[in-house]
Amino acid sequence: MSAQTDTLPQPLPAPPAEDATASTPRIVPLRRTGQWAAAVAVLALLAAGLTSVVRNDAFQWDVVADHLTTASVLRGLGLTLWLTALVMALGFALGTLLAMGRLSRNPVLRSVSWGYIWLFRSTPILVQLLFWFNIGALYPQILGVDTVHLLGPMAVAVIGLTLHEAAYAAEVVRGGILSVERGQLEAAQSLGLGPWRRLRRIVLPQAMRAIVPPAGNMLIGTLKGTSIVSIIAVQDLLYSVQLVYHRTYQVIPLLLVATLWYVAVTSLLSVGQYYVERRYARGTAEAR
Amino acid sequence: MPPTSAPPPAPGTAAHPMVEIRSVHKSFGSLHVLRGIDLTVRTGEVTVVLGPSGSGKSTLLRTINHLEKVDRGWVGVDGTPVGYRRSGDKLYELREREVLRRRTQIGFVFQNFNLFPHLTVLDNLVEAPTAALGRPRKEAVASALALLARVGLADKAQAYPKQLSGGQQQRVAIARALALEPKLLLFDEPTSALDPELVGEVLDVIKDLAHQGTTMIIVTHEIGFAREIADTVVFMDEGRVVEQGPPAQVLDHPVQERTRAFFSKVL
Repeated sequence: MSAQTDTLPQPLPAPPAEDATASTPRIVPLRRTGQWAAAVAVLALLAAGLTSVVRNDAFQWDVVADHLTTASVLRGLGLTLWLTALVMALGFALGTLLAMGRLSRNPVLRSVSWGYIWLFRSTPILVQLLFWFNIGALYPQILGVDTVHLLGPMAVAVIGLTLHEAAYAAEVVRGGILSVERGQLEAAQSLGLGPWRRLRRIVLPQAMRAIVPPAGNMLIGTLKGTSIVSIIAVQDLLYSVQLVYHRTYQVIPLLLVATLWYVAVTSLLSVGQYYVERRYARGTAEAR
Repeated sequence: MPPTSAPPPAPGTAAHPMVEIRSVHKSFGSLHVLRGIDLTVRTGEVTVVLGPSGSGKSTLLRTINHLEKVDRGWVGVDGTPVGYRRSGDKLYELREREVLRRRTQIGFVFQNFNLFPHLTVLDNLVEAPTAALGRPRKEAVASALALLARVGLADKAQAYPKQLSGGQQQRVAIARALALEPKLLLFDEPTSALDPELVGEVLDVIKDLAHQGTTMIIVTHEIGFAREIADTVVFMDEGRVVEQGPPAQVLDHPVQERTRAFFSKVL
């Protein structure tokens, strides 16, 4: 027997020993020339792109480095993070209420929740934000206080983003609740568990498995979406770099500063999402 | 038994039956599932409900703990209806809190187990006694472990339901129902979702309960099992009770033609 056939699995029972090499032909894999060519082409393009980014002085990487951690940029980053957290928390709290409204037996609650979601999903967030910013034109005074003083740009940003977020969060939460088997609710009912306990202890923990992936998507979307408040002069990450480049005209490097921070934070959030998903997969086949 | 609508007896009177079902009707849309059911189950008895699929057996069982509301008629457990408060000749629908309190006295075992997959076996058993009856957790854990030992699963307390076989899951579900110390146990086809080789272990647990005098109503297709443990066999078809009596009578010497036809095919 030659050395080559030793590496091949021997058919059982062993073939007649006259000529083993002839009875077990060697397998020759197909040569995938096209695959290799495509990989080389893509890598070449990538290298060319990277070279141009590094060699092109207009990117002004030194300016990027100078501004990456200035106090005003970090303050802007902090506000972006804080605004994201607040909008997510309030948006999902309101969204959960709306989801329960849509799943309610009460036809009025059902219709009102549906109407809210319909309205806030059918208009662009930019339009909604400008609308809230100009709400003083409709209601010059609220509870005897001038609207302009009551609702500063920051309050308008929180309200506008939250109301918009809640409409989407409601559908995410509703989908999660509907993904829980009906038998789970019946089992909880037959064990005498009250409605609040059923929701908190039985339905929501199971719904979370279906809620977390789209909610993680929304979190990342919201983080980037908060940059829209720069148009009403709220000093978030984007607006902080804009303030600098309006003064220095170093538009590209300062946009790169904002870009790097957005990428860094969203990357961290994606890692966090992995661990949250694992937490809520307890008791499922994948988590064994 | 003639399908007359006898007035429900007042609670607290001596020797009222555990379950009384009087002239119960139930429709789902245009489908008339229960067409006037009358049934009495005495305390300590095992009643097995047999019948073809779609005969209304499961729906009847679900009306007993008010998972399904009846359209007409009356279902009483231990002298009082589960979902209603009786005053004179009227039944007033109860608030959910009251219904839930009454449900803790009725254990229900589902065909698909319906264990809570995100909780350990132990937490499945501890949940209702602590949340619905307000027992201290320590006490609930102790009796949960005792119940698990009783169904032969003492070593599975920390497992998650999906890590168990179907038969084991159903035994946990039975233990979970027992954790509330119910007066009555209802089984909705407890072995229909199981591999044939796992049916025996679940039936053994139910038999054990029967020998201890637990009042039970069991909807099943296991006719041999019915013969073995039933005090009363009820045969249902098309939303009616066709025939009922001791297993020897209903299974071996049925009076009704429909009963005879059914058992001649399945026995």
